[in-house]
Amino acid sequence: MQAYLIKRVLLLIPTLLLATIVVFVILRIVPGDPALAILLSEAQEGDVKFAQEELDELRAKLGTDKPIHIQYGIWFWNLLQLDFGLSFWDSKPITDRVFKKFPITLELTVLAVILASTIAVPLGVISAIRQDTWGDYAGRAISIAGIALPNFWVAIMIIFFLVLWFNWIPPLGYVDLWENPWTNVQQLFFPAVALGFSNMAFISRVTRSAMLEVLREDYIRTARSKGLREGVVISRHALKNALLPVVTVSGYEFGRLIAGTVIIEVIFLVPGMGRLLVDAVFHRDFAMVQAIIVMITVVVVLLNVIMDLLYAWLNPRIRYT
Amino acid sequence: MSLDRSGAAALPDQAVSGLRPKRTFWQQVGNFFRQKPLGGFGAIIFFLLVFVAIFAQFGGFAIEDPYDPVVDRIFDPPNREAWFGGDHIGRDVFARVVHGAWISLYVGILSSFIGSTIGMVVGVASVHFGGKTDLIVQRIVDSMMAFPALILAIAIMAALGGSLNNVVIALSIVYIPSTARILRSQALGIKEMDYILATRAVGSGDWRIMLRHMIPNCMAVYIVIVTFHLGGAIIAEASLSFLGVGVPPGEPSWGGMLTSGAQNIRESPWVVVFPGAAIAIVVFAWNLLGDSLRDVLDPRLRGTN
Repeated sequence: MQAYLIKRVLLLIPTLLLATIVVFVILRIVPGDPALAILLSEAQEGDVKFAQEELDELRAKLGTDKPIHIQYGIWFWNLLQLDFGLSFWDSKPITDRVFKKFPITLELTVLAVILASTIAVPLGVISAIRQDTWGDYAGRAISIAGIALPNFWVAIMIIFFLVLWFNWIPPLGYVDLWENPWTNVQQLFFPAVALGFSNMAFISRVTRSAMLEVLREDYIRTARSKGLREGVVISRHALKNALLPVVTVSGYEFGRLIAGTVIIEVIFLVPGMGRLLVDAVFHRDFAMVQAIIVMITVVVVLLNVIMDLLYAWLNPRIRYT
Repeated sequence: MSLDRSGAAALPDQAVSGLRPKRTFWQQVGNFFRQKPLGGFGAIIFFLLVFVAIFAQFGGFAIEDPYDPVVDRIFDPPNREAWFGGDHIGRDVFARVVHGAWISLYVGILSSFIGSTIGMVVGVASVHFGGKTDLIVQRIVDSMMAFPALILAIAIMAALGGSLNNVVIALSIVYIPSTARILRSQALGIKEMDYILATRAVGSGDWRIMLRHMIPNCMAVYIVIVTFHLGGAIIAEASLSFLGVGVPPGEPSWGGMLTSGAQNIRESPWVVVFPGAAIAIVVFAWNLLGDSLRDVLDPRLRGTN
């Protein structure tokens, strides 16, 4: 186990290193001079004159005057010290802004996971123990719908029906959790529903197939034959074993959820990382785009490793060497 | 029960195919429809849509111009002339939804084919050459798979700029690593087969081994992956266009229509409802078809997601 852990963590280094190179290359090969773009946007209309020294100075400040591999080296070195550099849009530091937005996105994602699993697991279990009844069909229909419906359409429909039926719109925007918990939950509840919907569908599908598999095991028959109530057999013996793949699979889904927040945040006006990313793309602020993508990727990769380790720890049948 | 089944599935295909009379393509299609009615249903809906998209794009239908704003049609509810109503600048929503089918299918089909094909070549070549090549390729694949798919697509679109073909390029790149990973594990098994050794013995070169022996034996998995990516690509295109980083605004993409529609949802919900329903129906039909194709083509993947 220890050897596996060390190997798994060591493999992270080349993966993340290459990932940063990929992001850097994709976003820095683009033609265009960010320093020039900033100066042009700052210049008054009709008056686009500025001194060459000013341009050189800004290029030096942004670090775009050096060859690309040196730029990467400097950027990566700063990255290791959690410094994302300066924005290509307004030449202000990025780090603070990213770290301020990150908890918002994280809260939204965690809320979506909680909502999705509290609905999905019972749904999957019912689907499995009532296999091929109308309840099962309904559960499966919901889960197929959840996979086919894009989450942004679900989000728009949620807003639409809230307005149509209740003539009420959730307080869009964002208030800090510690400042006003009630408004905060109101604000994030519906985005979380929209975000978690497809995840719910996926988890209930996994739960159903895992339960169906476990229910055919010998120890379930043993538990029943020694006279345990069906409820105890299901919850204590079947579900406990079926949840193992469910936990790990929903962990791997976390990355897709974080990616999904981009769209959900735009619709519900949640000022998280996703919104920041889309705005940065529109501003052609590639330094910001890089920072956000690296941040998201690191979180997802670390989470995957944690899930691998959790799986190994939870499942005594697996012994990695 | 489950043991019997996996035992039967593990039989090599060559042993079984000799016992079965060869069926024509149409007999196989008929069989598919009989065995998998849901898959057949999905296939019918999907191909209906392909026809609609092609005819709309190349002028077989007498429908309105999807770009033409008509003042009288602004926020017009669905009626006899404009079946799906009009949007905020008076364009015909029906015409836009029909033309949107072309964009969705164009992006979906092209990007899933290009991405999966390059992925397959990378995966097979990585196994065939083995050693250091394999190690390096797999590290690159690892690092590409570290990005959530949509995030990587947004990054590539940010660099390329919004256009229809750039969406195809971005999504193709996104689908390369996961395909390469799956095809690699498939090709690893094939590499050890005796027929690879045999063809090497009679003097086949690298290209011949890969093109004539390894790739054909990966075809079942390849088709399954293409179908899997196609549904995802349709949603991804809609997501990118919805965010405004996909096809340029104004083009009748389903995702882009949702953006402008969402801003006026109180006045004209039909602008949002129809393109959204179109996405849902296409992806739903395609998932039904894809699931059934997967069961038929590759029994080993049955039950996986």
